[in-house]
Amino acid sequence: MKITLTVNGAEHALDVEPRRLLADVLRDDLRLTGTHLGCEHGICGACTVLMDGEAVRACLVLAVQCDGSSVRTVEGLTGPDGEPHPLQRAFSAEHALQCGFCTPGFLMAAAGALEADPDLADNPEAIAAVVGSNICRCTGYEPIRRAITRAAQEQRETTV
Amino acid sequence: MKPASFDYVAPRTVAEAVEALGDTRRKAQVLAGGQSLILEMHLQRIRPQLVVDINRIPELDRMSIEGDELRVGALIRHAAFEPADAVPGPLGTLLSRAVVNIAHPPIRSRGTMAGSFAWAHPASEWCAIGVALDATVEVNGPDGARAIPAGDYFLGPYNTARRPQELITAVRLPLLGENSGVGFIEHRRTHFCFAQVAVAAALTMNDGVISGARIGLVNSADRPVRARAAERSLLGTELGTLPKVLRLPDDHPFARAGRVAAQDDAAPVAEPYADAEYKRQAIAVLVGRTLREAASDQRARMAAREEGHR
Repeated sequence: MKITLTVNGAEHALDVEPRRLLADVLRDDLRLTGTHLGCEHGICGACTVLMDGEAVRACLVLAVQCDGSSVRTVEGLTGPDGEPHPLQRAFSAEHALQCGFCTPGFLMAAAGALEADPDLADNPEAIAAVVGSNICRCTGYEPIRRAITRAAQEQRETTV
Repeated sequence: MKPASFDYVAPRTVAEAVEALGDTRRKAQVLAGGQSLILEMHLQRIRPQLVVDINRIPELDRMSIEGDELRVGALIRHAAFEPADAVPGPLGTLLSRAVVNIAHPPIRSRGTMAGSFAWAHPASEWCAIGVALDATVEVNGPDGARAIPAGDYFLGPYNTARRPQELITAVRLPLLGENSGVGFIEHRRTHFCFAQVAVAAALTMNDGVISGARIGLVNSADRPVRARAAERSLLGTELGTLPKVLRLPDDHPFARAGRVAAQDDAAPVAEPYADAEYKRQAIAVLVGRTLREAASDQRARMAAREEGHR
């Protein structure tokens, strides 16, 4: 089936079987291997991407469902000159990753929450819900929570 | 594993979707949020020959108040109920307290309320609220549209009165009156687990006396349960000061209702980490606590209303 997928701002005309998942098309057809596949059950969240601005599990969405949609992956977080996204800087500063397998999913879930709510810094429960969405087996989550909070505070300071 | 091959259609109207589902030569499956279906297709426990994706049908993406009911179209996602004021009155409070227990934000942004009714998992929060509130499931099929009361809809685990060629177009829930208060409490092992037990409650009070009670039990039988015996035990009860301590005294009407729900209404199915006796104990405790939450919600509403009149 022929579909058009806009990924990180670039339009792609693709021919995909209906059975193929968004995550597999991103990784195998578009070679965007930053999106990781862990459990493929929708539990671990490593494959989280933004679909029309909302965080979704790329393993629980068919690529054909995204026809005409705009998808953002971890490769689309960095700025035009390759400078890291505020979330990426905060993850580094707070040591919010160790092996890094889960990191793309956490970054995209957090990016979706940050973009949806400019006052995310004032809402520790919403940050906790984002941190609780995915699985990390290294950090114990607390550094990830601090990193998202730091990026949220930074976002608010720069927009005031 | 990956899903097996299937044909895919994305109709633009309910009529087109019903026509696609009417093709009895192929085993068809409706795709709404897909957060359970696509997982089942990964595991190949469900292998449809035709997937009918309803996500491009605008008429299903509507939520409206019709008379004294809330009508939730088949594409309304779980996340829509997160703000307490998304739906007016106590019903909005109940739905917002329940929804945070459904998976987590990236699942709630895709999964739908009507999809939960279609899937009919015994641990579904929405389905238990549906039976407690006498919800109505609207379906449309080759023989036309019909409305199924929630009480007749759930037949067992993943088993409902919807026929294979029928599409759920909406779920209707009654708006709860201003004299009502609501509660929802869930018990589970970790945030990533399904409910071992959860309870939804709505209490209607008149002059400090319980005049109406609705109690829904999650994962307390092979289907969602309305705890009618426990509800009956509460009617006409005059409610004094609510106990402040976490553990209700054994002779408190809410503690009694909890024991009735656990013994007479529930038919728990044993699961790993929760055998039937454990579940009965959890039901008894949670029903009591949820009723207390509903009573205190009702009092807070009355106090806020009196404040507004002054």
